[in-house]
Amino acid sequence: MAMTKKNVDLTADLGFLKLRNPILAASGTFGYGLEFEPYLDLEKLGGFVVKGLYYKPREGNPPPRLVETASGLINAIGLPGIGVEAFSEKVLPKLRRLKTAVIVNVCGADDDEYAAVVEYLDKQDGIAAYELNISCPNVKTEGLCPALSPRTTFDLVKRIKAASRRPLITKLSPNVTSIVEIAKAAEEAGTDAIALVNTFLAMALDLETRRPKLANIYGGLSGPAIKPIALRMVYQVASRVRVPVIGMGGIMTGTDALEFLVAGAAAVEVGTANFVDPDAALRIVAEIESWCEAHGVAAVRELVGTIKAN
Amino acid sequence: MTIDRNARLREIHNWDDYFQLAIDAPEIGREARPGQFVMVKVADGTFPLLRRPLSIHDAGAGGIELFFKVAGQGTEILSSKKPGDPLDLIGPLGKGFTISEKMTGKRAFCVGGGRGIAPIYFLVRELAAVGAQPTVFYGGRRLVDIPLRDKFEKAGIEIHCSTDDGSHGFAGLVTELVGRERERAKPDIIYACGPDAMMKALASMAAKHRVPAEFSLESLMGCGIGACWGCVHRIKNESGDGWTKICEEGPVFPGERILWP
Repeated sequence: MAMTKKNVDLTADLGFLKLRNPILAASGTFGYGLEFEPYLDLEKLGGFVVKGLYYKPREGNPPPRLVETASGLINAIGLPGIGVEAFSEKVLPKLRRLKTAVIVNVCGADDDEYAAVVEYLDKQDGIAAYELNISCPNVKTEGLCPALSPRTTFDLVKRIKAASRRPLITKLSPNVTSIVEIAKAAEEAGTDAIALVNTFLAMALDLETRRPKLANIYGGLSGPAIKPIALRMVYQVASRVRVPVIGMGGIMTGTDALEFLVAGAAAVEVGTANFVDPDAALRIVAEIESWCEAHGVAAVRELVGTIKAN
Repeated sequence: MTIDRNARLREIHNWDDYFQLAIDAPEIGREARPGQFVMVKVADGTFPLLRRPLSIHDAGAGGIELFFKVAGQGTEILSSKKPGDPLDLIGPLGKGFTISEKMTGKRAFCVGGGRGIAPIYFLVRELAAVGAQPTVFYGGRRLVDIPLRDKFEKAGIEIHCSTDDGSHGFAGLVTELVGRERERAKPDIIYACGPDAMMKALASMAAKHRVPAEFSLESLMGCGIGACWGCVHRIKNESGDGWTKICEEGPVFPGERILWP
């Protein structure tokens, strides 16, 4: 194959953070990043968001934790993790050497724990931003989380923004009546960016045994099955807030990613695709580049929000 | 471990619902150790979405063999592949069975239940290569569930079969057969792969008679590379009795570390 010189400017701009390209690997699908080193060059990603961190180590939910559905995956992992101390001592020194944006997904059982996590991590170098995970459906009963109400979203974002020295990305839940209302609450509280969507509260059952397939009964649906709903929500939010939006939900290809950019996302996260192909995020970068070349697009960020009226 | 997108199905053979695939995948074949697995992409589209974890049945310089029972849509699609079809594999993954030069002359009981026989063939070949003396115990519900018995016999491996319905070999559970044979020929180590109930019974037998044992656990997996935390089992660790990823720290674990449900 002949080598062609590629001239597309792939950089993405979140204002507080410039990215090599608009592709981030999504939290919960990319471990702590290092698991993927055998399969792709982490420095060729826009960046990655590490698995959600609580202050203390956590076990997560009992199995079964996963069930595959039509073009989708329901998970009820329950945010197991090593906690901030082990992360800072064992993982972060390795991530710090990478020339790529490392974003830490921040969790908490209550507001105090979220604050404790960012206060601890603020003392560590090598983190580009925090992604505030107010939207995991698998840690409380029936998917309860702060992102379900504008009030709790506002209060938590305001507190964490004040407590932290780093840019804050607030990750929203799609399991709400009005995603725009929640996004506006996060913006008013001072978030630097909004990421959406987390997984859709879902379930699967086994007809023969008549039991839920997940030990947790409920889980979060991800994968290509949710892409059209996620795209709708990203479009709604991006057209109504001023802060940058990071879009995600079922992105498997460069075309999927480009659609989110056109709908208004300044960058996107690739999630479930990482499970299928550990090098999916870089394939998507290459597909974006090819599409831009073929369509005479000089800079991919020119595409952001260029959706046209019908 | 590598992603081999240029793997190719060389041969496919079946006995009812059980399938054996010979796959050209040289790099994975060279690296593979008994007890490791591959993640197989079964379809190009988004359904089924996830790869399927399958034990490596045999491996060599040219590639690997897989052995599985059709159990759902993924394995159904895989079973319909034709020789020459391209395959997309990630592997070899996970930690396999412990085999060392120190095992020369040692007696190893290798137990496979149903489709759990898959990694046992590769295991006994490698055990024989280090001069150990493997004996295979192969159990199934009926005669059709122990299709690989001839393959072991042809390879000159000592094999004892059992069927629940008595249609071939010992009538009863393979664990009973292992129990009888243990009294006659004391094993130095037990290896097993199969249903949880089988492995649990063997684990307690091994513990009671102080025989080291290793078990290959099975689980649905999201990724196979330690990223999704979907395939956990209770394993005793330095840090406690935690949910441990089968794909990354297993699938083979020492018997004394496994906490059975």
